[in-house]
Amino acid sequence: MEWEAPAIVLDARPYGEGDAIAAVMTEAQGVHRGLARGGSSRAKAAIWQAGNLVQVRWVARLADQLGSFTGELVHPTVALAMDDALALAALSAACAVAEGALPERAPHPRVFDGLLSLAARATTPDLAAQIRWEAVLLADLGYGLDLSACAVTGDTEDLAFVSPKSGRAVSAAGAGSWAARMLRLPRFLLDGGPGTPPDWRDGLRLTGHFLERDAFGHHHRPLPAARIALYHRVCDLAEEPRPHA
Amino acid sequence: MGGPEIERLIGLLSKLPGLGPRSARRAALRMLQQPQSRMLPLAAALTDAARAIRVCGVCANLDTTDPCAICADPRRDRAVICVVEGVSDLWALERTHAHDGLYHVLGGTLSALSGIGPDDLNLARLLARVGEGGVREVILALNATVDGATTSHWLADRLRPMGVEVSRVAHGVPIGGAMDVLDEGTIAAAIRARRAV
Repeated sequence: MEWEAPAIVLDARPYGEGDAIAAVMTEAQGVHRGLARGGSSRAKAAIWQAGNLVQVRWVARLADQLGSFTGELVHPTVALAMDDALALAALSAACAVAEGALPERAPHPRVFDGLLSLAARATTPDLAAQIRWEAVLLADLGYGLDLSACAVTGDTEDLAFVSPKSGRAVSAAGAGSWAARMLRLPRFLLDGGPGTPPDWRDGLRLTGHFLERDAFGHHHRPLPAARIALYHRVCDLAEEPRPHA
Repeated sequence: MGGPEIERLIGLLSKLPGLGPRSARRAALRMLQQPQSRMLPLAAALTDAARAIRVCGVCANLDTTDPCAICADPRRDRAVICVVEGVSDLWALERTHAHDGLYHVLGGTLSALSGIGPDDLNLARLLARVGEGGVREVILALNATVDGATTSHWLADRLRPMGVEVSRVAHGVPIGGAMDVLDEGTIAAAIRARRAV
């Protein structure tokens, strides 16, 4: 059994003295793990940094075996993003969410395309695009948000909130006295704009709620620490006190 | 093969970094062939080190004294602290004689994937050292990995408001290295960190 494809490194944990168990994502294979020989050695550790784009080859005797990876660096995303705290936090969060939320060996081409686009532009982080990508990931897993119309009034205008229970949009008028319990819906999720730091904060809080409750909660796992760190960094950008994590 | 003592010796040696069962057997055999000249001095050295070595209460270096010899040296520049991940990194820097300030050993790096948070590292002690005053610059000499860079950003966010200069070691072409064999990430980092000559 073997395949070769462009991939995004999601995770690499040291195994033994110089090897690593790497998790990569490809368009056709989805999230896939394998043993990267020498993956945590000085010579090859630079390849298997989470966020790098690599050309990866997986070989195993049987399809259900862990198998082993060999990889060649295609785009040194991590090295380019390393000096920018927000860029590195965004890249790490995206990789951690994909690695933790997606099932192994199940293709999610839309999620892969989105993650590839985020990684390719990692030096100029686009938080609005990343939050839209998280919404796509939720939809691919069956937990999609419904932002088409107000769940209370049916209006398609003035949508300002999302119900934390149903994931459906709610207009300002429809929310009424329940507004304080709703999740704020940033405009860029409706109009495709770039958004501002307060919008990104609201967007991360919105998708983070459903990631935590549905994508990770169903596996009894918390939201990844890298995703929480990104939210805290964006709260700093929005000049809002950090919540207690 | 041998008695239980030999098996135990091989078992313990094979747990050391760089040694597997095969190389542990070779090392054990070499010692067993000359126990007076190789084995007993090694055993004595191991016992002495285990009894005498302690962790420095200031920088977390390993030494026979607390504070360690570096922290106690009056010739050191006490206004500059170099932050490293482990004691092996401190030793590597000391071999170069390029840094004449003090050190701070973190004991690892923040790692979201491994669940290592700020409370698991020697970070609070560093912030306290800087907060006590007299520190002009903190040099972050952490590994050029995602975890190392994340830790550097975490520290920089907290140290800059304390009024100290925060720098990090350069990433780029190693001395004696040829450009055509370097990985793309290192070359990209070297280009970005270029400076006028």
